[in-house]
Amino acid sequence: MDNTRRTFLKIAGLSVLGLGAGPIVDIIALGASSEFEPPAGARVGKRWAMVVDHKKCLKAEEGCKDCAAACHTVHNVPTIDNPKHEVKWIWPASFEEGFPGQADKYMGEYIGTSLKDRKILILCNHCDNPPCVRVCPVKATVRRDDGIVMMDYHRCIGCRFCMAACPYGARSLNWRDPRPFIKTELNRDYPTRMKGVVEKCSFCDERLAKGLNPACVDACKEKALIFGDLEDPDSEIRHVLHANPSIQRKPHLGTRPEVYYIL
Amino acid sequence: MYNSGKIIIGIIIFLGLVTYPFWRNVGKAATPLKLEVGTQEKQCVEPTAYMKSSHMKLLSQWRDEAVRNGNRVYASSTGKKYIISLQNTCMNCHVKKTEFCDRCHNSLDVTPKCWGCHIAPQEQEQQAAARTDN
Repeated sequence: MDNTRRTFLKIAGLSVLGLGAGPIVDIIALGASSEFEPPAGARVGKRWAMVVDHKKCLKAEEGCKDCAAACHTVHNVPTIDNPKHEVKWIWPASFEEGFPGQADKYMGEYIGTSLKDRKILILCNHCDNPPCVRVCPVKATVRRDDGIVMMDYHRCIGCRFCMAACPYGARSLNWRDPRPFIKTELNRDYPTRMKGVVEKCSFCDERLAKGLNPACVDACKEKALIFGDLEDPDSEIRHVLHANPSIQRKPHLGTRPEVYYIL
Repeated sequence: MYNSGKIIIGIIIFLGLVTYPFWRNVGKAATPLKLEVGTQEKQCVEPTAYMKSSHMKLLSQWRDEAVRNGNRVYASSTGKKYIISLQNTCMNCHVKKTEFCDRCHNSLDVTPKCWGCHIAPQEQEQQAAARTDN
């Protein structure tokens, strides 16, 4: 009897090992026959991030919206006047909107101009710990390995959980068909969105795939927007962050936002 | 059975009417769909038979890889590499969307939502341009 039990246990142990080996073999086999690859000239990063240098931004003419205009043209973002329906990827807002409760009365003096009348730039923070990704019931928004919080518009069901979860107001729902409201010339290389889909900044993943900078970065004449890989110690963005103290929007919420502001 | 004569005649007339389309078309071959691709290219991304049966699966695979994983290049079984893009790769060859995509989708009564967001090629303008050239 002893002997049979022994063999039984041996076989049982081996079977369990075999069951565990199946998925591993699958992964190795899949990896070998991959049909998909990243494009050749693409910019590869481990943690894409952006710095908004308001010292430089303030040098621009008052009311400059070059970055927003470039972004909204490239991505076919509609211009809807009704603020309840409007769609925005990057836009100027008051300091109080971006950093509520953080402005003291001497801050304006520090920046050299009154913050009350000047705007700061607001866009998706591409958080390291993105609440929008956690709440999405259909996984329409994902955090990619390079840090970009990406929207898959194909999957979005328009439930707006992500909009409720995002503490930065970076997301907009298309309450109506956006196509009639695209006031700029239609960019035929990029899709539009449809009614009932949430949209936001994507750090121009389609331009990174071609080796380009995000559209807003290229559009800024004052070079106030710096885009780069935080994991690369020699990148410009790391040098800029090393040389200047910066703040983030609502860091106490634990979302680990990856857009840094130099004031 | 009361009024059996009228009922039986009625049933025969009813069956005749219902089956009329079958009688009318019996023996005739169904007219095949005429699809116009609008390109000189001989070969699609994958062999034609595969594209006919499974282009929808390929497209959703493309979509997931490009959007979610950033893999925007597809290495085809034909040995060529393609940029993954419905708007900029597929529609470069399939310029005649109404005479290719729509014609087949309509006859099969499927309504894919691609064109709610992706921008279709400008067919009217192409035709207008062709007319002015002639």
